[in-house]
Amino acid sequence: MADLRALSVSQQVGLLFVVLFGLLGIVTIVAFGKSLRDLTAEQAALRERFARELRALWTAAVVFWIAWVSGPIGSTLLFGFVSFLTLRELVSLTHTRRADHRSLLLAFFVVLPLQYVLVGMRLINAFTVFIPVYVFFAIPVISALANDPFRFLERTAKIQWGVTVTVYGLSHAPALLLLDLPRYRERGAFLVFFLVFVVVAAQVGEEIASRRLRRRPVARAISRSFSWPAFGVGVGVAALVGLLLDWITPFAPLASIAMGAIAGAAGMLGQFVMQALKRDAGVRSATGALSVTGAVGLLDRLAPLCFAAPVFFHAVRGYFGI
Amino acid sequence: MTLPEAAGLGLAFIARLITGAQGHWHGSTPKAEQRIYFANHQSHFDWVLIWAALPHDLRAATRPIAARDYWTKTPFKHWLTREVFNAVYVARQRGSDGAAADEDPLEPLMEALRHGDSLVIFPEGTRGNAADPAPFKSGLYALAQAFPEVPLVPAWIDNVQRVMPKGEVVPVPILCTVVFGPSIALAPAEERRAFLDRARSAVIALRDVA
Repeated sequence: MADLRALSVSQQVGLLFVVLFGLLGIVTIVAFGKSLRDLTAEQAALRERFARELRALWTAAVVFWIAWVSGPIGSTLLFGFVSFLTLRELVSLTHTRRADHRSLLLAFFVVLPLQYVLVGMRLINAFTVFIPVYVFFAIPVISALANDPFRFLERTAKIQWGVTVTVYGLSHAPALLLLDLPRYRERGAFLVFFLVFVVVAAQVGEEIASRRLRRRPVARAISRSFSWPAFGVGVGVAALVGLLLDWITPFAPLASIAMGAIAGAAGMLGQFVMQALKRDAGVRSATGALSVTGAVGLLDRLAPLCFAAPVFFHAVRGYFGI
Repeated sequence: MTLPEAAGLGLAFIARLITGAQGHWHGSTPKAEQRIYFANHQSHFDWVLIWAALPHDLRAATRPIAARDYWTKTPFKHWLTREVFNAVYVARQRGSDGAAADEDPLEPLMEALRHGDSLVIFPEGTRGNAADPAPFKSGLYALAQAFPEVPLVPAWIDNVQRVMPKGEVVPVPILCTVVFGPSIALAPAEERRAFLDRARSAVIALRDVA
């Protein structure tokens, strides 16, 4: 441990990525070895799903690595692009009308770039209020100018909500990378890693628990697997992982547990909300298989992060009182 | 790489960035053979979408139809349709744009098919905004009669009316798909109207697959 502390910050972060890619590499090689055996149809389907998830993990790991290597400008651009793809998917899934055209143009080509410019310039206060205050004001104005009163509130709310989740929510991930905390400069990558890791751990914990426990789902019409006991297990796992990762964070151990639990819970509930949205849009199958134009699965994977990142970000700021 | 090729790649990239331009093949495969693709028509973007959804190798030999009066008006439009898309120009009305009064408007299409090129046509004739496509014009029937050996591949373009509604110039990024279905052919002694209705329902049937 003392040796680790002697390394410079960028060496520590580099080591983090070496470990991450090493783990992924080992899992991939083992999975490949197992795939050479004869499989039943059921096993093959499971294997395929696993391979798809593994590919997504690889992609995510590479994205984060590039974000870290390329510095503030690069990471802002990269997350901006991911945000664009996610908003594109969300808008495709919701029903918009002709009169929404200008508002959507505003969301994609003005709000999204501006939000990430504010993040890249580390204007923390400006970027926390830009969407909830100014965009909240601008979108209904543009929509009203389009001269179509049909379901006006519903349409405006959809666009505002979509922008909040996919642009505002996700932009907190690069903001964490750029956050300068006392005695913790240039180590934002650890915070993002902590966040992603606890959120994923909570998801995995919940998934396994819901299969083992088989409790009554809370809202059967929305999700057949989401139940309170499984959610509790997910929060517990996130808290435990938070404690185990305490050494990479600037928090005290107890705060690490709390942060892990908060981020994990926000992520799981965000995923649950996204399932409700997909039901509404008529997407029946789980991730991957295409059943509706526009459902490509990116939104599914990022929803937990979109919901957890702002909560985590402000919890961190609150903890340090900045 | 020449400038038109680069422009083509750039346009295909933008189309994919904005719409995803996912091509789904149900009942036919992307294959380097002469074909006539026919699809529903809702937006100026339709052609670019089909073109971007096709594999790169098929794009060069697949040509759109462009109205001569509109698409040769400015040097840029002319260059875009001639050099990048290799469009087949047609006169909108008989006898207009200096075309001979007795020239068949389908003659340029026949010419392109004789050369072995594939075509993309929108048999509704104009952009519609109703839920179902409008009844098909008879051009498709004439082409099927003249070239019975060329497979007719129906395609359904989903969502594109949301990307760029009539009257707007900037496209909104929304995911679109193009579904290509099993090819159809003119049956011996099939009536014109019956064939056109059959072709239209072949396109509509792909909507539920999308």
